[in-house]
Amino acid sequence: MKVGVVTFPGTLDDRDAARAVNAAGASALALWHGDADLMGVDAVVLPGGFSYGDYLRCGAISRFAPVMEKIIDAANGGMPVLGICNGFQVLCEAHLLPGALTRNHELHFLCRDQKLVIENNSTAWTSSYSKGQEIIIPLKNGEGSFQCDDQTLAALESEGRIIARYVGEDPNGSRNLIAGITNERGNVVGLMPHPEHAIDTLTGPSADGIGFFTSVLKAMVK
Amino acid sequence: MALDTVAIAKKNPEASQPFAELGLKPDEYARIREILGRRPTSSELAMYSVMWSEHCSYKSSKVHLKQFGDKAVKSDALLVGIGENAGVVDVGQGYAVTFKIESHNHPSFVEPYQGAATGVGGIVRDILTMGARPIAVMDPLRFGPADAPDTRRVLPGIIAGVGGYGNCLGLPNIGGEVVFDETYLGNPLVNALCIGVMKHSDIKLAKAAGAGNLVVLYGAKTGGDGIGGVSVLASETFDSTGPAKRPAVQVGDPFVEKVLIECSLEIFAEDLVVGIQDLGGAGLSCATSELASGGSGGMKVELDRVPLRDATLSPEEILMSESQERMCAIVEPSKINRFLEICKKWDVTVTVIGEVTDGDRLEITWHGDLIVDVPPRTVAHEGPVYNRPLAKPDYVDRVNAEIITVKLPQSAEEIKAAVLKLAGAPNLADKSWVTNQYDRYVQGNTIQSQPDDSGMVRIDEKTHLGVAVATDANANWSYLNPYEGAKLALAEAARNIATAGAKPLAVTNCLNFGSPEDPGVMWQFAESVRGLADGCLEMGLPITGGNVSFYNQTGSVAILPTPVIGVLGVIDDVRTRTPMSFDRAGLELYLLGQTQNDIAGSEWAYLHGQRGGKAPIADLQREMRLIDLLVAGRQMKLFVAAHDLSQGGLSATLTEMVLRHGVGAEITVENVGQSLVSETPGRVVVAIELSNSKTLSDLASKQKIALTKIGSTGGDSLVINGAKISLSELRKAHTETFPKLFG
Repeated sequence: MKVGVVTFPGTLDDRDAARAVNAAGASALALWHGDADLMGVDAVVLPGGFSYGDYLRCGAISRFAPVMEKIIDAANGGMPVLGICNGFQVLCEAHLLPGALTRNHELHFLCRDQKLVIENNSTAWTSSYSKGQEIIIPLKNGEGSFQCDDQTLAALESEGRIIARYVGEDPNGSRNLIAGITNERGNVVGLMPHPEHAIDTLTGPSADGIGFFTSVLKAMVK
Repeated sequence: MALDTVAIAKKNPEASQPFAELGLKPDEYARIREILGRRPTSSELAMYSVMWSEHCSYKSSKVHLKQFGDKAVKSDALLVGIGENAGVVDVGQGYAVTFKIESHNHPSFVEPYQGAATGVGGIVRDILTMGARPIAVMDPLRFGPADAPDTRRVLPGIIAGVGGYGNCLGLPNIGGEVVFDETYLGNPLVNALCIGVMKHSDIKLAKAAGAGNLVVLYGAKTGGDGIGGVSVLASETFDSTGPAKRPAVQVGDPFVEKVLIECSLEIFAEDLVVGIQDLGGAGLSCATSELASGGSGGMKVELDRVPLRDATLSPEEILMSESQERMCAIVEPSKINRFLEICKKWDVTVTVIGEVTDGDRLEITWHGDLIVDVPPRTVAHEGPVYNRPLAKPDYVDRVNAEIITVKLPQSAEEIKAAVLKLAGAPNLADKSWVTNQYDRYVQGNTIQSQPDDSGMVRIDEKTHLGVAVATDANANWSYLNPYEGAKLALAEAARNIATAGAKPLAVTNCLNFGSPEDPGVMWQFAESVRGLADGCLEMGLPITGGNVSFYNQTGSVAILPTPVIGVLGVIDDVRTRTPMSFDRAGLELYLLGQTQNDIAGSEWAYLHGQRGGKAPIADLQREMRLIDLLVAGRQMKLFVAAHDLSQGGLSATLTEMVLRHGVGAEITVENVGQSLVSETPGRVVVAIELSNSKTLSDLASKQKIALTKIGSTGGDSLVINGAKISLSELRKAHTETFPKLFG
């Protein structure tokens, strides 16, 4: 099972995402933003960072990278795609997910160990968790406040497309404390906090994050 | 202004030149004329002025820094020593680690965000230039009083700048310091440290060897920012009718630097460079003259080939510009195509600007006209050297004679009030408001970061080899006794490495002082250097490099002497490190080291407005035995936790330990007031299982370290001699200070 990890100029967490993919038992393959080629991967992770320096808007330039054309097609065809942090922003800009990520309400970059509750465990990236399970993984971003219009929010809520919410003190002003969402099909997931930084307790606050990567392995085996 | 060429300089030798406006003294200007046998061209004058500035030439500090060489420790671990962009240390398993601190104090006062951001950017490029992948940063910072209005301007900008740049580079911030004192109000200190790792065979040096090899400039285009940043604002001098003075503060673009890092590492991996230098202070003047003097001396540069952001820049300005995110490489002609290809892959601007020659002159042309023709060593290494007058300032004997009269806590109420007061004091309060703006997780190798005693990163995922770094300065002690202050800062940084069980290996430093033209400041500096050199010799730790920052003062008032000492340590298996706190009840707590009456220079005395008295005398032999004990204890899996005592004494250490995992402790100590607030160096609190008490006492007596049982862990309070402080009120006091001050 091969999982592609995309590197844009300014991507930072690509090595971490690849480490998490490998730790989950899949095999990580580096994908370059400039190559319109998915090299036969079975799933894709868009990792965190500041692709293109976050110029214009976070993710706004990356969304037009040659590799994204292929990813958009593949995602529309059902391939599992996980966007973490900047990757989530890219997925919103690419219209694979609704809404947008805006500046944190306190206007600071915020890095902390964040408690989340898993709300939907039926997506390609969350099936290793139980519904209602609480996990702690790092949150680190300056623009992580999820915003969308009321109609979209109502649809996300009623269709169960909110995959995880923040628990406890609101870190960034996201609507309905949304930490992550999925598309209608459940193959594309965007998540603001970083599961790839929580795959062992030596370097992370927990090993809770590995579940996202073991989930996709199960989805691909199916 | 008309172009000034070598030919014109020869023809018109007596033209008057603005050397004083460029910061050069008349005798320095005369020396340049003597070296060249004629007046310098305006471009040559620009180069000499920036390279002979205090910042680049170390002209006031050199005679003292010589001691680092004279008293050098013979160390097999040192692969590259002082003089290169950064020192390199062997940490085993074929890995080499490079680390260095630099100051960016003045720019950060003028423009806090960009000043701090480009401070991080500069030190990261120094590390990259050695051939290493940067793996972590740290930031020792000092500000005016926490409640001063200007601190509210400066601090949030500096924190955001350190975070904004470092986060965007993907470098975990693994520690630092935030210290407040009145003397930093008009002159905050922004010191930035970077750590990099490479294999031994990948070490790169700043040298331009091999006639015919190409001089390649890559990275950002050159703009008008930071001109004269290391000397004076100078653009006006060259063209008073042109655009308004450009700011001497550089403006950084971390995205360009991140791409530059990845591009450079790919270039290094394919072994495509002979020598490399980053463009930092003094820009191209520094890079070309240092590269040329690192080789045989000959280099030709066509300055008009330098890609510009502003086409109106004059050659003098291009030579002095400190635009960020630029590198200069020496590349063999056979490898240039591959070099260009990799730059293209990363969309990095790259230009061949010249070549190495077999002569011994650095020759720079502007559209064919020769504008610089100098022996490069005279620019880079043979600047003026001053043996500035120094004299012990009057204040020293006066403050040393003061008797500290501050009342120490005795009753239960006083103990509780003192612990809460120290827990919330800006210098000791929880710094999460600051560190939560920094990414500590990126790269996935961070083992320890703030509030741990040291930062620790794993460098090999298979063998679990890791390095730890701590930075420390105790300016209060350095003010009372700069010789001992430097030794004590060294000891503290080394101890902070050892509490986790890592073995101290090498030292870097950033020496922040007032004006070298003040004999009293010069004495503080000389004493600090002597203390650090003696301390490193005694502890067997090589100094790998450092940085001097002078002129940190407001009017005639200098900052406290602030030698920031960084110590690098190595740990063979990061999984076995000793954590700084305990996560369970039922453990025994011991104090290693004896508490003396060291209230002078303490946070407790400072909070009561008393700054006098005598600093402790460093006992480095005892510090080394304590370090051995801590490292041995870690190897024996003896400690559940170990935490250093420093500012705020036992009170601050216990506060940090109980709050870390929300597990309380019950403590009983003799002479409670002194025990809680004295800052006697060389002390550590350790937590062990009851069954290990014999092993600990054997180890302590073997190393001749005093050992006192002070209590046990458990409960939801910190109880000291019957004074009960609930963890919730302690946490509130500790954590509310920064949000209240800085929102």
